[in-house]
Amino acid sequence: MGNDIARQLAHLDEEEAVTRIVAHLDRFWDPRMRRTLQALAAAGDDTLDPRLAAAARRL
Amino acid sequence: MTTLDQPALGEPGGYAPEPDLGTPPVASQADATVTIDGRQVTVPAGTSVMRAAAVAGIDVPKLCATDSLKAFGSCRMCLVEVDGARGTPASCTTPCADGMVVSTQTEQVQRLRRNVMELYLSDHPADCQGCARGSCEMQAMAVTVGAVEARYGNGRDHLAESSYDASNPYFDYDPAACIVCSRCVRACGEVQGTFALTVEGRGFDSRITPGGTDFLSSECVSCGACVQACPTSALQEKSLIELGMPTRVVDTTCAYCGVGCSFRAEVQGTGEDTQVVRMMPAKTGGANEGHSCVKGRFAYGYTNHPDRQLHPMVRDSIDDEWRVVSWEEAVAKAADGFSAIQRDHGVGAIGGISSSRCTNEEVYVVQKMVRAAFGNNNVDTCARVCHSPTGYGLNQTFGTSAGTQDFKSVEQADVVLLIGANPTDAHPVFASRLKRRLRQGAQIVVADPRRIDLVHGPHVEAAAHLPVLPGSNVAFVNAMAHTVVTEGLHDEAFLRERCENVDSYLAFIARPENSPEATEEVTGIPAEQLRAAARLYAEAPNAAIYYGLGVTEHSQGSTMVMGMANLAMITGNIGREGVGVNPLRGQNNVQGSCDMGSFPHELPGYRHISRPEVRAIYEDLWGRTLDPEPGLRIPNMFDSALAGTFRGLYVQGEDIAQSDPNTQHVEAALRSMDLVVVQDLFLNETARFAHVFLPGTSFLEKDGTFTNAERRINRVRPALPPRQGKDEWQITCDIAAAMGFPMPYAGAHEIMDEIAATTPTFAGVSFARLDAEGSMQWPVTDAAPHGTPTMHVGEFVRGKGNLVETVYVPTTERTNRRFPLVLTTGRILSQYNVGAQTRRTANQTWHPEDILEIHPADAHVRGISTGDLVELSSRVGSTTLRAEVSERMPAGVVYTTFHHPVTGANVVTTENSDWATNCPEYKVTAVEVGVANARGLTDAEAAARDEREPAGRS
Repeated sequence: MGNDIARQLAHLDEEEAVTRIVAHLDRFWDPRMRRTLQALAAAGDDTLDPRLAAAARRL
Repeated sequence: MTTLDQPALGEPGGYAPEPDLGTPPVASQADATVTIDGRQVTVPAGTSVMRAAAVAGIDVPKLCATDSLKAFGSCRMCLVEVDGARGTPASCTTPCADGMVVSTQTEQVQRLRRNVMELYLSDHPADCQGCARGSCEMQAMAVTVGAVEARYGNGRDHLAESSYDASNPYFDYDPAACIVCSRCVRACGEVQGTFALTVEGRGFDSRITPGGTDFLSSECVSCGACVQACPTSALQEKSLIELGMPTRVVDTTCAYCGVGCSFRAEVQGTGEDTQVVRMMPAKTGGANEGHSCVKGRFAYGYTNHPDRQLHPMVRDSIDDEWRVVSWEEAVAKAADGFSAIQRDHGVGAIGGISSSRCTNEEVYVVQKMVRAAFGNNNVDTCARVCHSPTGYGLNQTFGTSAGTQDFKSVEQADVVLLIGANPTDAHPVFASRLKRRLRQGAQIVVADPRRIDLVHGPHVEAAAHLPVLPGSNVAFVNAMAHTVVTEGLHDEAFLRERCENVDSYLAFIARPENSPEATEEVTGIPAEQLRAAARLYAEAPNAAIYYGLGVTEHSQGSTMVMGMANLAMITGNIGREGVGVNPLRGQNNVQGSCDMGSFPHELPGYRHISRPEVRAIYEDLWGRTLDPEPGLRIPNMFDSALAGTFRGLYVQGEDIAQSDPNTQHVEAALRSMDLVVVQDLFLNETARFAHVFLPGTSFLEKDGTFTNAERRINRVRPALPPRQGKDEWQITCDIAAAMGFPMPYAGAHEIMDEIAATTPTFAGVSFARLDAEGSMQWPVTDAAPHGTPTMHVGEFVRGKGNLVETVYVPTTERTNRRFPLVLTTGRILSQYNVGAQTRRTANQTWHPEDILEIHPADAHVRGISTGDLVELSSRVGSTTLRAEVSERMPAGVVYTTFHHPVTGANVVTTENSDWATNCPEYKVTAVEVGVANARGLTDAEAAARDEREPAGRS
């Protein structure tokens, strides 16, 4: 689901994409989903889009 | 002097048909003042003498005229005399000229009418049942015109010997009673646009025929316009034949699709003994203006179906039998259960789903209970699975989550771009309006994988059919915009004045990868054909986009909605009549359920939950602190349930186990919960996993409002009290109160008062104002006290229109050698969504099972013929259904509906969803189809039926 967001914003430069992903997750995701994502990013889950992982670290 | 050119309302408390002014209203800047029987009346110039007379309170006798149809001038009953004019012209076809003096009751015209009436009577059964009942106008008209003699003798009752046609499940055709006035034929053409009826033969042999066959086998779509138009009892509702004439009328709103037609429920009896005689579409209804479809007019029998549950029930485990209990016990079990889950697993472990079939008031209290009594934002609604991308996309681009026009706007459109919608099946009354406009010369471009009826039909020929391959919508809309911009067809002045991000968007869309040539392979549309369609749209004085779930239910649904908004903005097709971006919403109150704050991130009126000043409005009123974080959406609830963090769910009028994608996943999630509370008319699929069942009310028992796809807030009024003894909003309030948060309301009107007091776009709405105005389209504010038919006039709601770069990102659902076909899903005219309502009516006659449509080439290589049972399988599951080989389908794409639980179309749909809103990608599933083992289906069918039919009450 998060990867889908990252794919949609793949055309943007990295900084803008990450900022937009963070804003989207803040605006539409339940906190427990964000926490799950953060945990996956922290654990280095390689299925996460790198920009999504970057966004997760910034949440 | 009378200047009012509007029908008056019928007498309250008794039965009276809606006034019939004889001919349709005329729109004219100039007025004409005429004198009729000594009364002076001013009407728009060009109005018929008949209508002017009716406005002045003078009824001119008529048989072939009715104000829903153009004047025909055949019955010769409405003859009048005009000073200074020769002869006795028909008042229906004579336009008013200023200063005209008309006499409707001279001796000459009275004598002529009597003679004509006698001729009619000579060919009308003397023992006409309709005349005796009061539903046939002939005897009454004879009395009116004084035709007491029968100088021509009792006639041949022409065609009495021919067969009485009772084939249609809802109405009968008795040719003996017919006077061949052609009202039915004209209604089928002018009003419905189907042209199924014709007059066959000459003279005494003339008869009305649905194309030389019986009604059921004909092209008739059973909308009932002919029955409504018939002045005799030749076409008559079966229900009226059985029950007799209605005794009172309740003005209300249909509970099927998002068109939201206004109806007069014509009933007998009072209180619990009330019986509906017939549903008559209201001419004063803003959405439908006197028309209806087979569902709204006829398919209300489910409200009385034996499967209807009327008692609360509980059980400890989903394997137990249901136990009928009192309301108190059921409410206590729900409330105590929810509280216990929160104690053990946290505040966020429960949530609710509101229904787009329920009223605004019923939905509002659900989100209020979740936010205030549950103390979280885990509330969502079935719009999640249909039009949530509309909400997101139109909000991002225009600043509000709704369509831009009223339905009437299409009457000003020159080109209609219809994308991923099939209005003749799913929004039939809007389709009739659209077809009328097409017959007047407007053009239509249909972008849809299937060759739907609006591509080619009676008096309809699309300028182009673009069978866009499922999943390629964004590439398609970008190619349209690319053509417009690179060919210089865009509206530069509109863009500079009204929009932002103009330069970056124009640069983006002009890139070669967005050209029709570059996207041809993905969309399947030849570049030149797409360019021609883009030019047609861009060069039209007024071009309007209408769309359906073929846009939203994709992994890029939100992007596509923004892409269409871009297309409208770059061509300046926003902010006036005849243009706009218009979602055809699926359910009667899906707009309303979104407006009412059913999404987990938004309070009513689309205000984000993170905004402290908005939360403060509710916190002050409700006395509870609201969670500023968004809650779980429906798919997230399922995921969290399987993860063990979400354990209790309240489901109002929604069958998630049938309607949501990947049924196995949904069922596993529901099974894993500690408490599922279902509130519904029937023990639906979801109720198989419920612990508490709370019986709901049908629309005939509801008091409240629905909001349709054009933002029109319509009143829903009860024809009878709740059959299970409790208003649905009251059930929700009782659960909230049992959890320690009382929500006291004296009636549904007080809930609307709270909505209006807290939601700026509803500020001017109340039951009293709606009763006075008929309906209003939000925003209803001080600046727009009567509502807002057209939005974004002069300025977008968000200020500047936001052009968004809509990059095409393909879905991850791909076909391959194992699953080489793409499945897409949709609706059929006679059924509605999961079929809970329509399957419990005679609409089953037309569509008793879901059918898989498959292209002849795809069928041939698999050895499939029409009628074969086939197995449909995807990566997530398989089901069995009957095939129909159809050239409507493009090669490589198959199609089915999801109206029947036994088929379980969603067994095969995947969990892919829109990136922004999680709206499921129902429209793209890679599948394979093969001939099935017939015996296998029979077993499966039997098992499914055993398991899923509602258990009897214990």
